[in-house]
Amino acid sequence: MKLTRRRFLLGTTVVGGGLLLGYASTRPSKHRIANETAGSEPFLTTWLRISEDNTVTIIVPHSEMGQGVHTSLPMMAADELDADWNLVKVEQAPATDLFANGVLVKGFAESLGATVPRFLDGLATAATMKVAEIMNMQITGGSSSVRFTGELGMRAAGAAAREMLIKAASARLDVPESELSTSLSQVHHKASGRSLSYGELATDAALFEPSAKPQLKDEKDFTLMGRSIARVDIPAKVDGSAAYGIDAEAPGMLYAAVKTAPVFGNKLLSVNADAALSRRGVVKVIELENAVAVVADNFWRAQQALAALDVTFETTANDEVNSQSIYDQFDEALSGELNEDVLEGDAASALASAETVVEATYRVPYLAHAAMEPMNCTVHFHDGKCDVWTGTQDNLGIRGRVATVAEMDENDVTLHGFYLGGGFGRRLPTDTNTIDQATLIAKHFDVPVKTLWSREDDMQQDYYRPAVTSKFRGGFDANNQLIAWENHYIGKNEPAEAAHTPYAIANQDIAYAESETHVPFGAWRSVAHSQHTFFLESFVDELAHRSGQNPYQFRLNMLSDKPRHTAVLKAAAEKAGWGRNLAEGHAQGIALQESFGSIVAQVAEVSINPDGTVRVHRVSCAIDCGRTINPDAANSQAESGVIFGLTAALYGEITIENGQVMQNNFTDYEMVRLKDSPEIDIVSVDSGDALGGLGEPATPPIAAAVANAVYILTGQRVRELPLKNYRFTAAPVETAV
Amino acid sequence: MARFRVNGVEQELDIEPDMPLLWALRDELGLKGTKFGCGIAACGACTVQVNGNPVRSCVTPVSAIEGTDIKTIEGLAINVGGSKQLTAVQQAWIEHQVPQCGYCQSGMLMAVSALLDANPSPSDAEIDGAITNVCRCGTYPRIRRAIKSLSATA
Repeated sequence: MKLTRRRFLLGTTVVGGGLLLGYASTRPSKHRIANETAGSEPFLTTWLRISEDNTVTIIVPHSEMGQGVHTSLPMMAADELDADWNLVKVEQAPATDLFANGVLVKGFAESLGATVPRFLDGLATAATMKVAEIMNMQITGGSSSVRFTGELGMRAAGAAAREMLIKAASARLDVPESELSTSLSQVHHKASGRSLSYGELATDAALFEPSAKPQLKDEKDFTLMGRSIARVDIPAKVDGSAAYGIDAEAPGMLYAAVKTAPVFGNKLLSVNADAALSRRGVVKVIELENAVAVVADNFWRAQQALAALDVTFETTANDEVNSQSIYDQFDEALSGELNEDVLEGDAASALASAETVVEATYRVPYLAHAAMEPMNCTVHFHDGKCDVWTGTQDNLGIRGRVATVAEMDENDVTLHGFYLGGGFGRRLPTDTNTIDQATLIAKHFDVPVKTLWSREDDMQQDYYRPAVTSKFRGGFDANNQLIAWENHYIGKNEPAEAAHTPYAIANQDIAYAESETHVPFGAWRSVAHSQHTFFLESFVDELAHRSGQNPYQFRLNMLSDKPRHTAVLKAAAEKAGWGRNLAEGHAQGIALQESFGSIVAQVAEVSINPDGTVRVHRVSCAIDCGRTINPDAANSQAESGVIFGLTAALYGEITIENGQVMQNNFTDYEMVRLKDSPEIDIVSVDSGDALGGLGEPATPPIAAAVANAVYILTGQRVRELPLKNYRFTAAPVETAV
Repeated sequence: MARFRVNGVEQELDIEPDMPLLWALRDELGLKGTKFGCGIAACGACTVQVNGNPVRSCVTPVSAIEGTDIKTIEGLAINVGGSKQLTAVQQAWIEHQVPQCGYCQSGMLMAVSALLDANPSPSDAEIDGAITNVCRCGTYPRIRRAIKSLSATA
């Protein structure tokens, strides 16, 4: 992918002294307006502000949802700036279009504004979004913050500011720039032993024109990038002071509990509100198109009253749909005409002439996000304006959504962002049902109303990871070489390459059928990679065993033109001690995947419990994300990705009966807990290649790694998840060396 | 009238006896550190301590805790001469960089603190048995490491 690197940098003096530096890829005119209208505590547009007290404030246009972005991005700017980390402050950018992250969009699109970023393309409402709207996003997703905003924006802003400070020091000290150096927020003139702090120089520095192509550091000169720096958001998360959208508080606030039609797409028919209205604290019952809300002076009272309502929803053809009928529909679609994804060589002929053909059909169910913080949004309409308090993966996009639903100008809407109690894709601007309800409910009041969903609402009104069926045929020639790969699957989603195999196979026929259902779907951590990596890496494993080859060596043999994949696979195998003698009843499975620019291989060590369930003891995870910015935080993301994927593999299953979701809460949508959390070893294989993402890439491989180990322990090939639906019997399989 | 102490402060609330403690804390007393996760005692995000014992406040009616001492995350740090000093458990959480999104961590910290008060050197099995809270970000490896670091010094 070609990255456009045109830059606009703007520097200016702060009222009262200091330097503001903005970096923009779009709308320089708006930046100028911001300067002119800046008040007594102004800040320009993007990213950093140096004050006379020598503090550096770095403004981050992404949401913090536990991925550490409020630390890693400032590290990148501060490193290039040679700032003293102890003097660095971090602020979340306000939700105004001056902080739209066009850089991210540029990272995905070849030229500015030309196309919708690919990772959004397949989402529920992306088709209806205009490019202009996407340019207006402050999106946190696609494992993109560090590799785009950070690498293309933060570093440039820091480096440009440093150059301006050196110019100012050169003039002040009357020495050539070449004699000056910087460290710890100071410019030094070694020959005379003089030093000036950035704060002393900031106002002068603002008079210089920032370079559009500032000189970035060589990796060997990094002082912060590559070091484990404690995350700035953690202290507030151990003393209860961290505020999430659910904690929003405003004077006179009311609380809404909502019951939405359990069958997606069905509408509200009638409500008898009498029993609810007479209850203590209940203020109003509001009918929406497909839901009813009770508003009260306390959430629990609203919820209790909601349960007392007599509600009737309509019945439609959607009521007839269940998980089995959806899978039947998928099978029918796959037997019809398909859309080409990858066509290489002649897979049909190769299969026809193959010595051995291996066939398998895989499938996975819908999954819910189940972020720990139930969905919520607080809205206050007053004086022709609107305030919104909520945690989102795109503050600007959600501001726009509220404006659209409320039929207001978005400049009259102020969005107050929060930490997110989990995102995983659920808080993207494509998934707005809670936001829409909260807006419509609050329109009935001139006081703030907090709409809060129960866990059951969250489980049953999600935008689910889609269920997918994927059929394979693999063909070997007489020399036991894999010559044909056929993969037909349901529903092409993002990223576009999710179903592509990394292995060198001469003849490939990868194709898909679209098969729409009434179940809403959205981006779920790693998007289409989480399903397809399970399919691809399980089937490759099947092919290895069926052809009598060691599954690790089988993969390596087909990766000779992919040195990064090879290195990562080897690193995971080495860390795990692949092939070594394990404890009695234990086996290892391996899987590999590239996603979001990073390559991840995992080896899972697994045993079967006496009750026939699966126990994962240890996961060895090797990652090549190019270069790691904050290694300990990166490890956190990898550990998190593994456990997120493991929950899906072991327990994750949303089933549909009579058109509605059957799961309710963590009792029937189980999570990995401490007792079944494996030991996780992370190996970083930094290739020095372009930065890859880290929020998602550790999620995809784990399901296949575990299932492949289960095969060795039991001889049973797991072609459907989750594993909780099986009771295995140990029947170890001999594996090739 | 519901009467109990929260973080050492006497509270008297005119609320329904069946209102769960969680909502009394959050919506009536404005103590937002205790989190709502599931409403059915299945996730532990709402864990507080009642007379030192870990209790899931989302299913505990205020009538059941009449006259007791409630400790929430806001009251976990120790007051030393007017300033708050983090407990060893909280410090270990920072040392091991445990939280990610952080939403479950109030409940996690209250549960772990109660465990370590009762059993300063728990075995792995005892940790697994006592800490059944859900963390969707999967901070479990670090939680275990942090608990172990505390047991080692206990």
